[in-house]
Amino acid sequence: MTETHRTKQAEDRWNWLWEWANPVKFMSLSGKILPWVMGLCALTLLPGLIWGFFFTPEAVNFGSSVKIIYVHVPTAMLAINIWVMMLVASLIWLVRRHHVSALAAKAAALIGLTMTVAALFTGAIWGEPMWGTYWAWDPRLTSFLILFLFYLGYMALWGAIDDPDTAADLTSVLCLVGSVFALLSRYAVNFWNQGLHQGASLSLDKQENVSDVYWQPLVLAIVGFSLLFVTLLLLRTRTEVRRRRTHALETRERMADA
Amino acid sequence: MIALLIRDLKLAMRAGGGFGLGLAFFLIVTVLVPFGVGPESQILARIAPGILWVGALLACLLSLDRVFQLDHEDGTLDLLATAPLPMEGAVAIKALAHWLVTGLPLTLSAPIFATLLNLQSPGHLWVFVTLLIGTPALSMIGAFGAALTVGLKRGGLLLSLLVLPLYIPTLIFGAEAATRGAAGLENATPLALMAGITAGAIALLPFAASAAIRVNLR
Repeated sequence: MTETHRTKQAEDRWNWLWEWANPVKFMSLSGKILPWVMGLCALTLLPGLIWGFFFTPEAVNFGSSVKIIYVHVPTAMLAINIWVMMLVASLIWLVRRHHVSALAAKAAALIGLTMTVAALFTGAIWGEPMWGTYWAWDPRLTSFLILFLFYLGYMALWGAIDDPDTAADLTSVLCLVGSVFALLSRYAVNFWNQGLHQGASLSLDKQENVSDVYWQPLVLAIVGFSLLFVTLLLLRTRTEVRRRRTHALETRERMADA
Repeated sequence: MIALLIRDLKLAMRAGGGFGLGLAFFLIVTVLVPFGVGPESQILARIAPGILWVGALLACLLSLDRVFQLDHEDGTLDLLATAPLPMEGAVAIKALAHWLVTGLPLTLSAPIFATLLNLQSPGHLWVFVTLLIGTPALSMIGAFGAALTVGLKRGGLLLSLLVLPLYIPTLIFGAEAATRGAAGLENATPLALMAGITAGAIALLPFAASAAIRVNLR
C-alpha cells in the first residue's frame, strides 16, 4: 500500500466528523439537537441544584455553607475544561481551517470567563466563613485569577482585530502559547506559596473523597452545568455563524454598489 | 543577521527613547516605592528584590511596542519577510536587540538601584544574576506579544494585557530566587526553573511570533 493511499484512507475514516464542520451542516445539526440539549440541561441542572440545596444534610464543621459546593465545583471544573476545549478548537482551526471551529473557540471564551468569575466569587463567599478571609494568595485561587487574566487577554485580542480570519489566526496562536504559560503559572504558583485549599474532592481515591450524600447531587450538578455550557456554546456559535453571514452579505452588497 | 542587529541597535541609540527612557522609568519606580511604603529600611530591604523585579518587568514592557511597530509602518517588516533570512531568525535578532537596549541596562543598573532600597550585600549579586538570566525571556515573550499586535493602530494597552499574564512564571521564579538569595537561602531550584523558561522561550517563541507576523502581513 502506498503512503498516499494510506493517508487517503485515514481521511475517509474521519470524514463523517469533518463534514459537520461545514457551516451549513453545522447549522442544521445544531438547530436540531439544541432543544434536546436544552431540555436535558434543565432536567439535570435544576434537580441537581434543588437536591443539593434543600435535601442534603449540613456537614460537620461546614454548616450550611457546604451547599455552595454545587455551584463552586462545577463552575471551576468547566472554567479549566473550556480553556482546553478552546485549545483543541484553535488547533483544529490552525490545521484544518474549519471556520466553525474558530467561531466555537470565540463563543466559548465568554462562557469560560463567566465560569471563572463564578468559581472565584463562590469561592470567596465560601472562604469567608471557612478560612476567615475572602481572598488568600493560595495556589489554586491564584491560578484561577491568572486564568481569568488569560481569558481577558484572549477576548480583548478577538475584539481588537477587524478582519475575522486574521483574528482567528492570531487568537489561536495566543491560545496555544497561553496554554503553555498558563500551565507553567499553575506550577510556578504552587512553588511560590503553599495553600489553604483542600485537595481534590472528586478523585477516585476514596480517602479524599466527599461522602456519597454530597457526591450524588454534585455529579448531577456537574452534568447539568456541562450541558448548560454545551447549550450556551451552540447558541453562541450559531449567533457567530449568522453574524459572519450577515457580514459577508453586507460586504457583497457594498461591493455591488461600488 | 549581524547587519540587522547592528541596524536595530543604531536605531535604538540614535532615535532616542528606547535606551534611556526604560532606565529612567526603572529609576522612578524604584524611587516611588519608598514614598508609597514608607522609609523603614527593614521593610524596604525585605521587599527590594520583588520591587526591582516588578520595576524591571514594567520598564521592559514600556518599550515593547517599538519592536515591530516602526518597521511595520515604514515597510521594513515586509522586506524582512521576503528576505532570505528566515522570519524566525529575524524575530530572534529583534528580541536580542530589544534585550541589549533594555534588559541589559536594567540588569546592570539594578544592583545600584538596590542600594536605594537598602538591600544588603549578597542581595545585589542575586538581583543581578536573576535579572541577567530572566530578562532575555521577558524580551522574547514581549516580542511575541508585539508580533501579535503589530497590525493594530492602538495596540499598546492590549499589548500589556496580553504580555503581562505571560510574564507571571518568569516573575515568580525570578523574584523567588532573588529573595531567597538575598536571605542567604538555597535558591538553585527557582534559578534552574527560570533558566528553563528562558531557554524554552528563546527556542520556541520565535516560531509563534513569526507565525503571528506572517498573519499580520497577509
